[in-house]
Amino acid sequence: MIVVEDLHKHFGGFHAVDGASLSFDEGAITGLIGPNGAGKTTLFNVIAGVHKPTSGRVTMGGEDITGLPPHDLFHKGVLRTFQIAHEFHSMSCRENLMMVPGGQSGERLWNTWFGRRRIADEERALRAKADEVLEFLTIEHLAEQKAGQISGGQKKLLELGRTMMVDARIVFLDEVGAGVNRTLLNVIGDAILRLNEERGYTFVVIEHDMDFIARLCDPVICMAEGRVLATGTLDQIKANEQVVEAYLGTGLKNRDAVSA
Amino acid sequence: MDFLNAFVSLSNYVLIPGVAYGSQLALGALGVTLVYGILRFSNFAHGDTMAFGAMVTVLVTWWLQSLGVSLGPLPTALLALPVGILGTIVLLLVTDRAVYQFYREKKAKPVILVIVSMGVMFIMNGIVRFVIGPDDQRFLDGERFVVSARTFKEMTGLDEGLAIKSTQVITVITAVVVVALLFWFLNRTRAGKSMRAYSDNEDLALLSGVNPERVVMLTWIIVAALATTAGVLYGLDKSFKPFTYFQLLLPIFASAIVGGLGSPLGAIAGGFVIAFSEVTITYAWKKVLGYMMPESLAPDGLVQLLSTDYKFAVSFVILLIVLLFKPTGLFKGQSV
Repeated sequence: MIVVEDLHKHFGGFHAVDGASLSFDEGAITGLIGPNGAGKTTLFNVIAGVHKPTSGRVTMGGEDITGLPPHDLFHKGVLRTFQIAHEFHSMSCRENLMMVPGGQSGERLWNTWFGRRRIADEERALRAKADEVLEFLTIEHLAEQKAGQISGGQKKLLELGRTMMVDARIVFLDEVGAGVNRTLLNVIGDAILRLNEERGYTFVVIEHDMDFIARLCDPVICMAEGRVLATGTLDQIKANEQVVEAYLGTGLKNRDAVSA
Repeated sequence: MDFLNAFVSLSNYVLIPGVAYGSQLALGALGVTLVYGILRFSNFAHGDTMAFGAMVTVLVTWWLQSLGVSLGPLPTALLALPVGILGTIVLLLVTDRAVYQFYREKKAKPVILVIVSMGVMFIMNGIVRFVIGPDDQRFLDGERFVVSARTFKEMTGLDEGLAIKSTQVITVITAVVVVALLFWFLNRTRAGKSMRAYSDNEDLALLSGVNPERVVMLTWIIVAALATTAGVLYGLDKSFKPFTYFQLLLPIFASAIVGGLGSPLGAIAGGFVIAFSEVTITYAWKKVLGYMMPESLAPDGLVQLLSTDYKFAVSFVILLIVLLFKPTGLFKGQSV
């Protein structure tokens, strides 16, 4: 579905993404793993339009989407969440969700005064949808709460909820599990699986929790030093010598060699 | 009786002018705070934006007056105000296209935008002086007083007179209406919420359905309306002179910062804090104290803490105190 070809992103002399080529298949939940600094988040940022790539191409269904601004990508159904949950802190959870869909008629100043009826209809539909999403994520009791006041894990759920407010085609989840307790992590995992099965969302998940990856992801892509190291099932990846080396360093391998 | 006299005198020279001046500052500070919260820089051109809006309104008022149009007891300027706002909207949108957009796309640091806004300030300043000249301009017509000092004395039989200028009443009413509209807009409408969303979290807003260019445009439109209204009200109440608007920049920024930059509620509170501090500290308390104290203790001097020449020092001092002890302001805005 999304194909990345020889992508480079350099920050000054630092090559955060250094010639990554990979693809994400339609309908799959792809896991993206790799040691810290492997360029996973930068890859996300480049695909999602936050950074312009230094060189390389990103296509979606054959269409070139390289370097499009985030809100254009958003309208094409490319959504992402953040490693550290983002929210509109001064608004309620419901308002946070209702904010998501673009192109609402209430955005135009003219309609604010002269299109009241149409705005009201739209808002009613949006509100119903937001409530449905909150229920799906089992946080309906937080609807009126200010998003700035809910817990970190709940914010992650809200992030996921945001992707459900529009018809997403592909959702990039950046460490949804970071700082989230087991119970909530399972809720998030359930939601991802259900969204994938029931609504056909394609997911790409950056995650460090291997149990979480094992439960959700197939295939798994391992990155290191800005490049793709290996692609396959989690077991294949775990067995890959290069991957072990990237995670644990060569020191361990050498010691093994010595003891053997 | 003495107590009533003292109270009337205090109202006449402190309370009523303070409320009117506070409303003007609040409207000005709201504009500053919106630009800071949404576009993320301190807009030094705000004072001269007010001057520009007021200038357009003055010109249209003169034209209407020459045609013989009037609003009866109300100043004709109220009729010209919408035109002034439109003119200012055009000015700000053109400025944004020509100047700020370039820096926004480059993601320039706020400090660069501040310097850029100073450049814009000098240009606007020049335009205003070029068109209307640096002198005082009169454009107030209609009834001068709602209650004049003499009628008040006759009515109540008190020694002290209470004068309520029509411009003061208009200022307060207009400010209340404008603020109510603004809060309704920010809290109840989708357009306003998208502005708040952009202010809360720019990254997330960009990754949702919020169109940044539209938010920026909306912000300038609202800022133009606020600035022009504030400028015209100030001009009606005092007088229109381009340089005074430049000077107003300090109390306006002080108000916005005291209230907490980025917080609309704070801007209003800050406006009144600054206005009342300025008026009470530069007021000669002789009369009030004379009524309130036994005769032997009545003061001989003016009991004026600070000459009115130093009134801008008051905002400066308050600004410093707030920045030292509560940098996020009364209503917890973004810290500076």
